[in-house]
Amino acid sequence: MQLKMALAGNPNAGKTTLFNQLTGARQHVGNYPGITVDHKEGYLHYQGRKIIITDLPGTYSMTAYSAEELVARDYLVYNRPQVVINIVDASNLERNLYLTCQLLELGVPLVVALNMMDVAKDRGIEIRADILEKHLRVPVIPIIARSGFGKEDLLNAALRQAAEKNAWQPLDISYGDDLDTSLTELIARIDTTAFMTDTYHARYTAIKYLENDEQILEKGREIEPDTAQALEEIVTGITAHTKTTLDVYPEAIIADHRYGYIKSLLMQGVITRKFDSDRLYASDKIDKVLTNRLVGPAIMFLILFLLYKFTFGWSEAPVAWLEQGFGWLSNIVEQTLPDGALKSLIISGIIDGVGGVLGFVPLIMFMFFGIAILEDSGYLARVAFMMDRVFRIFGLHGSSVMPFIVSGGIAGGCAVPGVMAARTLRSPKERMATLLTVPLMNCGAKLPVLALLIGAFFSENKARYMFLFTMLAWVVALLAAKLLRSTVLRGAPTPFVMELPPYRFPTMRGLLIHTWERTYQYIKKAGTVILGISILLWALMTYPGLPEQTSADFAQRREAILSGNSPAIIPASTSAMESISEQAEQIDARLAALNNEEAEAALRNSIAGRMGTSLESLSQYAGFDWRTNIALVGGFAAKEVIVSTLGTAYSMGEVDVEESMSLGQRLQKDSHWNRIVAVAALVFIMFYSPCFVTVVCIAKESSWKWAFFSMGFNTIFAFLMAVAIFQIGTLLNLG
Amino acid sequence: MSTVNLREMQKNQKGIIKSISVSGQLGHRLREMGLVPGAEISICGRAPLYDPVAIKVLETTLTLRNNEADHIFVTVD
Repeated sequence: MQLKMALAGNPNAGKTTLFNQLTGARQHVGNYPGITVDHKEGYLHYQGRKIIITDLPGTYSMTAYSAEELVARDYLVYNRPQVVINIVDASNLERNLYLTCQLLELGVPLVVALNMMDVAKDRGIEIRADILEKHLRVPVIPIIARSGFGKEDLLNAALRQAAEKNAWQPLDISYGDDLDTSLTELIARIDTTAFMTDTYHARYTAIKYLENDEQILEKGREIEPDTAQALEEIVTGITAHTKTTLDVYPEAIIADHRYGYIKSLLMQGVITRKFDSDRLYASDKIDKVLTNRLVGPAIMFLILFLLYKFTFGWSEAPVAWLEQGFGWLSNIVEQTLPDGALKSLIISGIIDGVGGVLGFVPLIMFMFFGIAILEDSGYLARVAFMMDRVFRIFGLHGSSVMPFIVSGGIAGGCAVPGVMAARTLRSPKERMATLLTVPLMNCGAKLPVLALLIGAFFSENKARYMFLFTMLAWVVALLAAKLLRSTVLRGAPTPFVMELPPYRFPTMRGLLIHTWERTYQYIKKAGTVILGISILLWALMTYPGLPEQTSADFAQRREAILSGNSPAIIPASTSAMESISEQAEQIDARLAALNNEEAEAALRNSIAGRMGTSLESLSQYAGFDWRTNIALVGGFAAKEVIVSTLGTAYSMGEVDVEESMSLGQRLQKDSHWNRIVAVAALVFIMFYSPCFVTVVCIAKESSWKWAFFSMGFNTIFAFLMAVAIFQIGTLLNLG
Repeated sequence: MSTVNLREMQKNQKGIIKSISVSGQLGHRLREMGLVPGAEISICGRAPLYDPVAIKVLETTLTLRNNEADHIFVTVD
C-alpha cells in the first residue's frame, strides 16, 4: 500500500538534504502549473511499503504572501498527505518552530524531525527531544540529515503516525482576550453554514480571516458571499479596536502569541545552553572577512570571475566534442544520402537543431554546478547582500548579479544559462526584470559579429571599442530594467529581508542531484521546442528554392565553364592529380564564384530572404539593406549565424565565423556600409530579439507571453536606437 | 535606555525591538523571520555601500535594506 508523505520546513533547515537522503536519485522535479515553484517528488520502499515523498518549497510560514507558501499550504489541504514531516533546525529552534506552530494550527498529522543536532551541540545547545515531544504532543525525532543519522527512527515514527489515521486536529493557541473573543464569534458564524469546513477547520478559517489572508478571503467571497461578508465585518470591527487600543493589526498580535507560545514551551527545560550565546561561531568569523566592506567585494569579484572561467572554460572541451560528433554525423549523411531536400533537412534542420540543443548542455551543467556550490555553501546570499545597493537603483535585486555576469557581463557569456540562473531570485518582479534584461548583455555569439564590424570599421582601436561595447551593454541592460520596473513591471519592491545562512560545506551528492535535475529540465522542457523551431528556421532559409528556370541557367553556366576547356584540363576539385595547372585553378575559382552567386540568389528567394527584402523599406531608416536584413533574420536562430548569412548574402559562400577578415574588407568597400551604419548595426545586433533558444528558456522560466514580449520589446527598442544613431550620425556627417 | 531607529544603530550595538510599524507583506516577512517586539537583536555589519544591514536575531543572521529597517524601533542602553 502506498503512503503519501510531505516534507515541510524553513529554507536552510536541511530539508533538501533530508529529501535526498531519503529518496536518493529516485526523484522527479516538475513545476506547479502556472508558477515557477519546483514540485519535487521522490519515493522509497520501507518495510514493504512504497512511500511517496513530496518536498514542499522551503517557507517560514503558511500565508498567502508568497507563491511558495501558497503552494505548500494548498498541497497539504488538497492532497491530504497521510503524514507530514516538519524538519526543524535544532540550532535555531525558536524561529523554526514558528512554522511548526502553524502546521499544528492547520492540524496536519505531524512528525517533527529535529535536524542538525550535531551543530546545536557544537554551539553548546542541548535539546531534550522528549520534553519537546511531550509539549507539542507530536513525535519529535532527533536526526542529522547530512549523515543519515536517525533516518530509520524518523520513518518508523512517520509510519506509526500515518497508521493512526486521526482526523486533523488543530492546535488551540490563545491569541489574547480580544482576539479569542472574536475567534469564538467567527467560529460560531462559520459553523452555522458549515462555511468551507470541507476544506479547512472552522478555527483555521477564523484565524486566516483575522490574518487578512487574501486567498481565503477571496475563496470565501466566491463560495458564500453572505457568510464571507458577515465574517469580514467581524474582522473589520476587531481590527479597528486593536488599531485604536494597541496600534497593531490582528495579524501582528497572532504572530506575537505564536512566538509567546513557542517561548513558553522552550522554557520548560527543552533547551539548555552550555556556553554564552555571544560566542562567535565559525560562520561569523568567515563573514568578518568575506563580507568585509573593503576586502569583501574584491573577493566576491574574484569568486564570480572564477565561476565564470570555470563555466565557460571547462565546458569548452565537451562543447567541442559535441560539435565534432555532430560534424561527423553530418559528414556521414552528406556522403550517404543523395543531394536534395531530405538531406538538407537532416543536416541543416535536424542534426544542427539537436546539436544546438545539446551544445548548451555542458554550459548549463557547469554553470549550475558552480552556482550550486555558491548556493549550498551559503555564499550566494552574501553576494546579494553586497550587490543589492547597486542593483536596487535599477529596480533589481542583489541576486541579479549572477545572471547578468553569466549572460555576458564579462564578455563572452551566454544568455541561456543566464536566464536559468535567474532562478536563484525569489522576488517575482525583480526576477522577471532580470529574465528580460540579461539577453541584452554581450554573449559569446555576439562577439564574432562585434569583432567583424569593429575590425572592419574601427580597426585602429579594436580593444577600446570592444570594451566600450561591453560597457554599453551593461548600461543599456540596467536602464532597460529600470524602464521595465517603472512600466510593465511597476510596483513596490518585494521585501528584501532574507537569511544569511551559516556557511556549510556542500555535499557532493547534493551538488550532483542539483546540477542534474536542472540540466535535465532544460533538455526535456526546452529541447523539443528548440528542435521544432530549428527546423522551422531551416525551412525559412531554404524554401522556396530557386525557380526551375533560374536553376537551369546556373546549371548551364556551370556547364559552360567546364566545357569551354579541353577535357585534358580537369578541374582540381574533381581530380586526384597532384599537379594542378593554373588554368584548372582558374576554373575552380570561377566555379566557386558561380556557386556563391547561386547561394546568394537562393537565399534572396527564400522566405527569410523575401522578409529581408520587404523589410528594407523600414530598415533603410537605420541604414540596413536587404542583405543585412536577411542576416538579422538568420541571427534569430543564433547570433553567430549573422556572420555566415552575411557572407552568403554577399556572394562569398559560407564564411567561417573565426576568419571573417575577407567579409570585413568586402563590407568596407560596399557603398551601403560606413562607420555610422556599422555602429547602428552593432547596436541593433546587441539589443534586438534574443536568439530563439533564449526565448524558449524565457518562456519555460516564466510564460510564452513574456517570451514574446521580450522578442517584441527588444527588437523595437534596438531598432529605435539604431535609427537614432543612423539618422543623427548621417545628419552630422560622421561617416 | 532610549529608543532608536534600527537604521541609526552602530555596528555591534545590541538592543530589544520595541515596535514595528509596518503591516502587509513586509510586516509579515519581518515577523516570520523572528523580528517581533521583545526580540533581542545586534548589528553584525553593513554592506559596502552602508546598505543593506546585517543583524543577528534568534541565532540567525538576517539582512534587510535600510528602508525596511526604518520601520523597526529598538530600545538600546
